[in-house]
Amino acid sequence: MSEKCYVARSSKIAARMMGDEMMIMLAPDSTLFTLNEVASVIFNAADGTTPLEVIVAERVCREFDIEFEVALRDAEQVVKELAGHGVLLVSGEPITQPLAFAQVAR
Amino acid sequence: MVIEIGGLPIRLATDDTAFAEMLRERYAGFLTSGTNAQIEFDVVLAPAGTMLGNGDVRVERESGQWSMGRGDFQADWNPSAARGIIRQSANPYSLNSVLRIVHTLLLAEQGGFLVHASSAVRNGRAFLFAGVSGAGKTTMARLAPPGVTVLTDEISYVSRQKDGYYAHGTPFAGDLGRLGENMRAPLAALYLLTKGTENKVEPVAAAEASRALLENILCFARDSEVVRSVFEAACDFVCRVPIRWLTFVPDARVWEMIA
Repeated sequence: MSEKCYVARSSKIAARMMGDEMMIMLAPDSTLFTLNEVASVIFNAADGTTPLEVIVAERVCREFDIEFEVALRDAEQVVKELAGHGVLLVSGEPITQPLAFAQVAR
Repeated sequence: MVIEIGGLPIRLATDDTAFAEMLRERYAGFLTSGTNAQIEFDVVLAPAGTMLGNGDVRVERESGQWSMGRGDFQADWNPSAARGIIRQSANPYSLNSVLRIVHTLLLAEQGGFLVHASSAVRNGRAFLFAGVSGAGKTTMARLAPPGVTVLTDEISYVSRQKDGYYAHGTPFAGDLGRLGENMRAPLAALYLLTKGTENKVEPVAAAEASRALLENILCFARDSEVVRSVFEAACDFVCRVPIRWLTFVPDARVWEMIA
Protein backbone atom coordinates (compact mmCIF):
# COMPACT_ATOMS: atom_id res chain seq x y z
CA MET A 1 0.00 0.00 0.00
CA SER A 2 1.39 3.41 -0.91
CA GLU A 3 2.55 5.87 1.69
CA LYS A 4 -0.36 8.18 0.96
CA CYS A 5 -3.44 6.07 1.01
CA TYR A 6 -6.92 7.53 0.92
CA VAL A 7 -10.00 5.54 1.80
CA ALA A 8 -13.67 6.27 1.23
CA ARG A 9 -16.86 4.43 1.97
CA SER A 10 -18.43 2.85 -1.05
CA SER A 11 -21.70 4.27 -2.30
CA LYS A 12 -23.04 0.71 -2.65
CA ILE A 13 -23.54 -0.01 1.01
CA ALA A 14 -25.83 0.73 3.90
CA ALA A 15 -24.24 0.97 7.31
CA ARG A 16 -25.39 1.48 10.84
CA MET A 17 -23.90 1.37 14.30
CA MET A 18 -25.80 -1.18 16.37
CA GLY A 19 -24.63 -1.24 19.95
CA ASP A 20 -20.86 -1.43 19.79
CA GLU A 21 -20.70 -2.90 16.31
CA MET A 22 -20.82 -1.31 12.88
CA MET A 23 -23.08 -3.31 10.62
CA ILE A 24 -22.68 -2.99 6.90
CA MET A 25 -24.77 -4.45 4.12
CA LEU A 26 -23.70 -4.55 0.51
CA ALA A 27 -26.61 -3.25 -1.49
CA PRO A 28 -26.09 -5.31 -4.63
CA ASP A 29 -26.23 -8.73 -2.98
CA SER A 30 -27.31 -8.24 0.66
CA THR A 31 -24.01 -9.53 2.06
CA LEU A 32 -23.77 -8.51 5.71
CA PHE A 33 -20.57 -7.52 7.52
CA THR A 34 -19.92 -6.62 11.11
CA LEU A 35 -16.86 -4.53 11.95
CA ASN A 36 -14.95 -4.62 15.19
CA GLU A 37 -14.25 -1.42 17.08
CA VAL A 38 -10.98 -0.57 15.33
CA ALA A 39 -12.37 -1.26 11.89
CA SER A 40 -15.45 0.80 12.77
CA VAL A 41 -13.27 3.79 13.60
CA ILE A 42 -11.44 3.49 10.30
CA PHE A 43 -14.69 3.05 8.42
CA ASN A 44 -16.27 6.10 10.04
CA ALA A 45 -13.21 8.22 9.32
CA ALA A 46 -12.96 7.08 5.69
CA ASP A 47 -14.01 10.36 4.11
CA GLY A 48 -11.85 10.03 1.03
CA THR A 49 -9.71 13.05 1.88
CA THR A 50 -7.97 12.09 5.13
CA PRO A 51 -4.93 9.88 4.55
CA LEU A 52 -5.08 6.50 6.25
CA GLU A 53 -1.95 7.23 8.27
CA VAL A 54 -3.63 10.34 9.67
CA ILE A 55 -6.73 8.33 10.55
CA VAL A 56 -4.55 5.80 12.32
CA ALA A 57 -2.50 8.42 14.16
CA GLU A 58 -5.33 10.70 15.19
CA ARG A 59 -8.16 8.24 15.68
CA VAL A 60 -7.00 4.67 16.14
CA CYS A 61 -3.89 5.26 18.25
CA ARG A 62 -5.64 7.75 20.49
CA GLU A 63 -8.71 5.67 21.06
CA PHE A 64 -7.05 2.29 21.49
CA ASP A 65 -3.59 3.08 22.86
CA ILE A 66 -1.75 1.16 20.14
CA GLU A 67 1.71 1.89 18.71
CA PHE A 68 1.49 3.69 15.39
CA GLU A 69 3.46 1.16 13.34
CA VAL A 70 1.41 -1.76 14.62
CA ALA A 71 -1.85 0.11 14.19
CA LEU A 72 -0.99 1.21 10.65
CA ARG A 73 -0.08 -2.32 9.62
CA ASP A 74 -3.34 -3.65 11.01
CA ALA A 75 -5.30 -0.79 9.45
CA GLU A 76 -3.80 -1.48 6.04
CA GLN A 77 -4.89 -5.10 6.35
CA VAL A 78 -8.42 -4.08 7.38
CA VAL A 79 -8.65 -1.63 4.50
CA LYS A 80 -7.40 -4.21 2.04
CA GLU A 81 -10.02 -6.72 3.16
CA LEU A 82 -12.88 -4.23 3.15
CA ALA A 83 -11.85 -2.90 -0.24
CA GLY A 84 -11.81 -6.48 -1.51
CA HIS A 85 -15.44 -6.82 -0.51
CA GLY A 86 -16.39 -3.47 -2.02
CA VAL A 87 -17.04 -1.79 1.32
CA LEU A 88 -14.23 0.76 0.97
CA LEU A 89 -12.64 2.49 -1.97
CA VAL A 90 -8.86 2.94 -1.88
CA SER A 91 -6.74 5.37 -3.87
CA GLY A 92 -3.37 7.06 -3.85
CA GLU A 93 -5.19 10.34 -4.47
CA PRO A 94 -7.98 11.97 -2.50
CA ILE A 95 -11.33 10.47 -3.41
CA THR A 96 -13.84 13.20 -4.15
CA GLN A 97 -16.79 11.19 -5.39
CA PRO A 98 -20.01 11.93 -3.55
CA LEU A 99 -20.68 9.61 -0.66
CA ALA A 100 -24.35 10.47 -0.37
CA PHE A 101 -25.55 6.90 -0.80
CA ALA A 102 -23.31 5.44 1.86
CA GLN A 103 -25.86 5.94 4.56
CA VAL A 104 -24.04 5.75 7.84
CA ALA A 105 -26.44 6.18 10.69
CA ARG A 106 -25.81 5.89 14.41
CA MET B 1 -61.73 -10.56 -6.50
CA VAL B 2 -59.77 -8.40 -4.08
CA ILE B 3 -57.32 -9.90 -1.59
CA GLU B 4 -56.37 -7.62 1.28
CA ILE B 5 -53.28 -8.48 3.29
CA GLY B 6 -51.72 -6.01 5.70
CA GLY B 7 -54.36 -3.46 4.83
CA LEU B 8 -53.37 -3.44 1.16
CA PRO B 9 -56.13 -4.55 -1.22
CA ILE B 10 -54.95 -6.13 -4.49
CA ARG B 11 -57.42 -6.95 -7.24
CA LEU B 12 -56.88 -10.14 -9.22
CA ALA B 13 -58.75 -10.59 -12.48
CA THR B 14 -58.94 -13.96 -14.19
CA ASP B 15 -61.23 -15.41 -16.83
CA ASP B 16 -60.87 -18.90 -15.44
CA THR B 17 -63.81 -19.46 -13.10
CA ALA B 18 -62.42 -22.68 -11.60
CA PHE B 19 -59.15 -20.97 -10.75
CA ALA B 20 -61.01 -17.99 -9.31
CA GLU B 21 -63.05 -20.31 -7.11
CA MET B 22 -59.89 -22.03 -5.90
CA LEU B 23 -58.44 -18.63 -4.94
CA ARG B 24 -61.62 -17.66 -3.12
CA GLU B 25 -61.33 -20.77 -1.01
CA ARG B 26 -57.62 -20.35 -0.40
CA TYR B 27 -57.82 -16.69 0.60
CA ALA B 28 -61.13 -16.82 2.44
CA GLY B 29 -60.94 -14.34 5.27
CA PHE B 30 -58.69 -12.05 3.24
CA LEU B 31 -61.22 -11.19 0.52
CA THR B 32 -62.73 -7.72 0.56
CA SER B 33 -65.18 -5.72 -1.51
CA GLY B 34 -63.99 -4.87 -4.98
CA THR B 35 -64.16 -1.12 -4.78
CA ASN B 36 -60.95 -0.16 -3.08
CA ALA B 37 -58.08 -2.05 -4.72
CA GLN B 38 -54.80 -0.18 -4.79
CA ILE B 39 -53.15 -2.53 -7.29
CA GLU B 40 -54.67 -4.60 -10.08
CA PHE B 41 -53.23 -7.72 -11.64
CA ASP B 42 -54.56 -9.61 -14.61
CA VAL B 43 -53.88 -13.29 -14.05
CA VAL B 44 -53.36 -15.27 -17.25
CA LEU B 45 -53.10 -19.02 -16.91
CA ALA B 46 -50.57 -20.77 -19.09
CA PRO B 47 -51.63 -23.89 -21.01
CA ALA B 48 -51.26 -27.10 -19.06
CA GLY B 49 -47.78 -28.54 -19.31
CA THR B 50 -46.10 -25.19 -19.77
CA MET B 51 -44.50 -22.98 -17.12
CA LEU B 52 -43.37 -25.91 -15.04
CA GLY B 53 -40.72 -26.21 -12.39
CA ASN B 54 -39.46 -23.97 -9.67
CA GLY B 55 -35.89 -22.73 -9.78
CA ASP B 56 -34.73 -19.49 -8.23
CA VAL B 57 -36.94 -16.46 -7.91
CA ARG B 58 -35.75 -13.50 -9.96
CA VAL B 59 -36.94 -10.00 -9.08
CA GLU B 60 -35.59 -7.05 -11.02
CA ARG B 61 -36.50 -3.45 -11.65
CA GLU B 62 -36.01 -1.77 -14.98
CA SER B 63 -37.25 1.69 -15.92
CA GLY B 64 -39.43 1.73 -12.84
CA GLN B 65 -41.18 -1.53 -13.68
CA TRP B 66 -40.79 -4.70 -11.68
CA SER B 67 -40.27 -8.04 -13.32
CA MET B 68 -40.46 -11.17 -11.21
CA GLY B 69 -40.29 -14.74 -12.30
CA ARG B 70 -39.65 -18.35 -11.53
CA GLY B 71 -40.21 -21.49 -13.57
CA ASP B 72 -43.90 -21.49 -12.80
CA PHE B 73 -44.73 -17.79 -13.14
CA GLN B 74 -43.73 -14.53 -14.76
CA ALA B 75 -45.17 -11.28 -13.47
CA ASP B 76 -44.66 -7.70 -14.53
CA TRP B 77 -45.83 -4.82 -12.41
CA ASN B 78 -45.80 -1.11 -13.04
CA PRO B 79 -46.08 0.62 -9.64
CA SER B 80 -46.79 3.99 -11.23
CA ALA B 81 -49.83 2.64 -13.02
CA ALA B 82 -50.67 0.33 -10.10
CA ARG B 83 -51.24 -2.43 -12.66
CA GLY B 84 -49.57 -5.63 -13.63
CA ILE B 85 -49.97 -8.98 -15.31
CA ILE B 86 -49.22 -12.44 -13.97
CA ARG B 87 -48.69 -15.37 -16.30
CA GLN B 88 -48.62 -18.60 -14.37
CA SER B 89 -49.54 -22.22 -14.20
CA ALA B 90 -52.92 -23.04 -12.70
CA ASN B 91 -51.84 -23.54 -9.13
CA PRO B 92 -52.31 -21.24 -6.15
CA TYR B 93 -48.68 -21.48 -5.04
CA SER B 94 -47.45 -19.38 -7.94
CA LEU B 95 -49.87 -16.61 -7.11
CA ASN B 96 -48.95 -16.89 -3.46
CA SER B 97 -45.32 -16.29 -4.41
CA VAL B 98 -46.18 -13.24 -6.48
CA LEU B 99 -48.22 -11.77 -3.63
CA ARG B 100 -45.35 -12.30 -1.21
CA ILE B 101 -42.91 -10.59 -3.53
CA VAL B 102 -45.20 -7.64 -4.20
CA HIS B 103 -45.80 -7.16 -0.49
CA THR B 104 -42.08 -7.30 0.32
CA LEU B 105 -41.46 -4.56 -2.24
CA LEU B 106 -44.28 -2.38 -0.96
CA LEU B 107 -43.35 -2.91 2.68
CA ALA B 108 -39.72 -2.03 1.99
CA GLU B 109 -40.84 1.43 0.89
CA GLN B 110 -42.71 1.89 4.15
CA GLY B 111 -40.21 0.53 6.68
CA GLY B 112 -41.89 -2.85 7.06
CA PHE B 113 -41.08 -6.39 5.99
CA LEU B 114 -42.17 -10.00 5.73
CA VAL B 115 -40.23 -12.26 8.04
CA HIS B 116 -39.92 -15.99 8.61
CA ALA B 117 -41.80 -15.99 11.88
CA SER B 118 -45.02 -17.14 13.38
CA SER B 119 -47.01 -14.48 15.16
CA ALA B 120 -49.91 -14.29 17.54
CA VAL B 121 -51.94 -11.77 19.50
CA ARG B 122 -52.40 -12.00 23.23
CA ASN B 123 -54.29 -9.36 25.22
CA GLY B 124 -54.22 -6.99 22.25
CA ARG B 125 -50.45 -7.19 21.74
CA ALA B 126 -48.64 -9.10 19.03
CA PHE B 127 -45.65 -11.39 19.49
CA LEU B 128 -43.36 -12.70 16.75
CA PHE B 129 -41.48 -16.01 16.92
CA ALA B 130 -38.71 -16.03 14.32
CA GLY B 131 -36.41 -18.74 13.21
CA VAL B 132 -35.26 -20.96 10.41
CA SER B 133 -37.13 -24.06 9.38
CA GLY B 134 -37.36 -26.41 12.35
CA ALA B 135 -36.75 -23.71 14.96
CA GLY B 136 -40.30 -23.97 16.27
CA LYS B 137 -42.43 -21.38 14.46
CA THR B 138 -45.30 -23.74 13.78
CA THR B 139 -44.86 -25.38 17.18
CA MET B 140 -45.40 -22.05 18.92
CA ALA B 141 -48.54 -21.46 16.87
CA ARG B 142 -49.80 -24.97 17.55
CA LEU B 143 -49.22 -24.61 21.30
CA ALA B 144 -51.04 -21.27 21.52
CA PRO B 145 -53.47 -21.42 24.44
CA PRO B 146 -57.10 -20.27 24.37
CA GLY B 147 -57.34 -16.51 24.13
CA VAL B 148 -54.33 -16.28 21.80
CA THR B 149 -55.07 -15.50 18.14
CA VAL B 150 -52.61 -16.89 15.61
CA LEU B 151 -51.75 -14.48 12.80
CA THR B 152 -49.58 -16.95 10.90
CA ASP B 153 -47.35 -19.93 11.59
CA GLU B 154 -44.88 -19.20 8.79
CA ILE B 155 -44.58 -15.70 7.30
CA SER B 156 -45.31 -12.69 9.48
CA TYR B 157 -46.30 -9.33 8.10
CA VAL B 158 -44.75 -6.36 9.91
CA SER B 159 -45.78 -2.83 9.02
CA ARG B 160 -44.49 0.42 10.37
CA GLN B 161 -47.15 2.91 11.39
CA LYS B 162 -46.89 6.36 12.92
CA ASP B 163 -47.31 4.94 16.41
CA GLY B 164 -45.03 1.93 16.03
CA TYR B 165 -44.83 -1.50 14.47
CA TYR B 166 -47.82 -3.74 13.85
CA ALA B 167 -48.13 -7.43 13.05
CA HIS B 168 -50.84 -8.41 10.58
CA GLY B 169 -52.42 -11.75 9.90
CA THR B 170 -51.45 -13.43 6.64
CA PRO B 171 -52.73 -16.26 4.47
CA PHE B 172 -49.13 -17.48 4.14
CA ALA B 173 -49.43 -20.71 6.08
CA GLY B 174 -46.75 -23.24 6.93
CA ASP B 175 -47.06 -26.74 8.34
CA LEU B 176 -50.07 -25.74 10.41
CA GLY B 177 -51.97 -25.59 7.13
CA ARG B 178 -54.34 -22.96 8.40
CA LEU B 179 -54.69 -19.31 7.42
CA GLY B 180 -53.96 -16.70 10.04
CA GLU B 181 -56.64 -14.41 11.37
CA ASN B 182 -57.07 -11.27 9.30
CA MET B 183 -56.39 -8.73 12.02
CA ARG B 184 -53.54 -6.59 13.28
CA ALA B 185 -52.08 -5.64 16.65
CA PRO B 186 -49.20 -3.49 17.91
CA LEU B 187 -46.00 -5.47 18.26
CA ALA B 188 -44.85 -6.11 21.81
CA ALA B 189 -41.77 -8.28 21.20
CA LEU B 190 -39.94 -10.56 18.83
CA TYR B 191 -38.56 -13.85 20.11
CA LEU B 192 -35.73 -15.67 18.36
CA LEU B 193 -36.52 -19.34 18.74
CA THR B 194 -34.30 -22.15 19.89
CA LYS B 195 -35.52 -25.52 21.12
CA GLY B 196 -33.84 -26.66 24.32
CA THR B 197 -34.24 -28.58 27.54
CA GLU B 198 -35.76 -25.75 29.56
CA ASN B 199 -37.83 -22.65 29.00
CA LYS B 200 -35.91 -19.42 29.30
CA VAL B 201 -35.90 -15.92 27.88
CA GLU B 202 -32.61 -14.06 27.44
CA PRO B 203 -31.70 -10.63 26.12
CA VAL B 204 -30.06 -10.19 22.72
CA ALA B 205 -27.45 -7.55 21.89
CA ALA B 206 -28.49 -5.08 19.21
CA ALA B 207 -26.02 -6.22 16.58
CA GLU B 208 -26.84 -9.87 17.12
CA ALA B 209 -30.54 -9.09 16.99
CA SER B 210 -30.06 -7.22 13.73
CA ARG B 211 -28.14 -10.08 12.18
CA ALA B 212 -30.74 -12.63 13.27
CA LEU B 213 -33.60 -10.50 12.02
CA LEU B 214 -31.96 -9.82 8.67
CA GLU B 215 -31.35 -13.54 8.20
CA ASN B 216 -35.08 -14.13 8.51
CA ILE B 217 -36.46 -11.22 6.49
CA LEU B 218 -37.73 -12.08 3.04
CA CYS B 219 -35.95 -10.01 0.43
CA PHE B 220 -36.22 -11.35 -3.11
CA ALA B 221 -35.06 -8.32 -5.07
CA ARG B 222 -31.46 -7.88 -6.14
CA ASP B 223 -32.00 -4.16 -6.03
CA SER B 224 -29.79 -1.73 -4.16
CA GLU B 225 -32.61 0.57 -3.12
CA VAL B 226 -34.71 -2.27 -1.73
CA VAL B 227 -31.75 -3.85 0.07
CA ARG B 228 -30.94 -0.53 1.72
CA SER B 229 -34.55 -0.08 2.77
CA VAL B 230 -34.72 -3.55 4.27
CA PHE B 231 -31.46 -3.02 6.13
CA GLU B 232 -32.68 0.28 7.56
CA ALA B 233 -36.04 -1.23 8.45
CA ALA B 234 -34.41 -4.09 10.33
CA CYS B 235 -32.10 -1.76 12.26
CA ASP B 236 -34.96 0.60 13.14
CA PHE B 237 -37.07 -2.34 14.26
CA VAL B 238 -34.31 -3.61 16.57
CA CYS B 239 -34.01 -0.16 18.13
CA ARG B 240 -37.73 0.05 18.86
CA VAL B 241 -39.05 -3.44 19.53
CA PRO B 242 -37.74 -5.72 22.31
CA ILE B 243 -35.98 -8.76 20.88
CA ARG B 244 -35.12 -11.77 23.02
CA TRP B 245 -33.89 -15.32 22.72
CA LEU B 246 -36.58 -17.83 23.58
CA THR B 247 -35.23 -21.27 24.38
CA PHE B 248 -38.11 -23.62 24.88
CA VAL B 249 -39.30 -27.12 25.48
CA PRO B 250 -42.04 -27.80 22.96
CA ASP B 251 -45.01 -28.03 25.28
CA ALA B 252 -47.74 -25.63 26.34
CA ARG B 253 -45.78 -24.21 29.30
CA VAL B 254 -43.70 -22.10 26.94
CA TRP B 255 -46.60 -19.71 26.60
CA GLU B 256 -46.26 -18.87 30.30
CA MET B 257 -43.12 -16.99 29.23
CA ILE B 258 -44.92 -14.85 26.68
CA ALA B 259 -46.35 -11.64 28.09
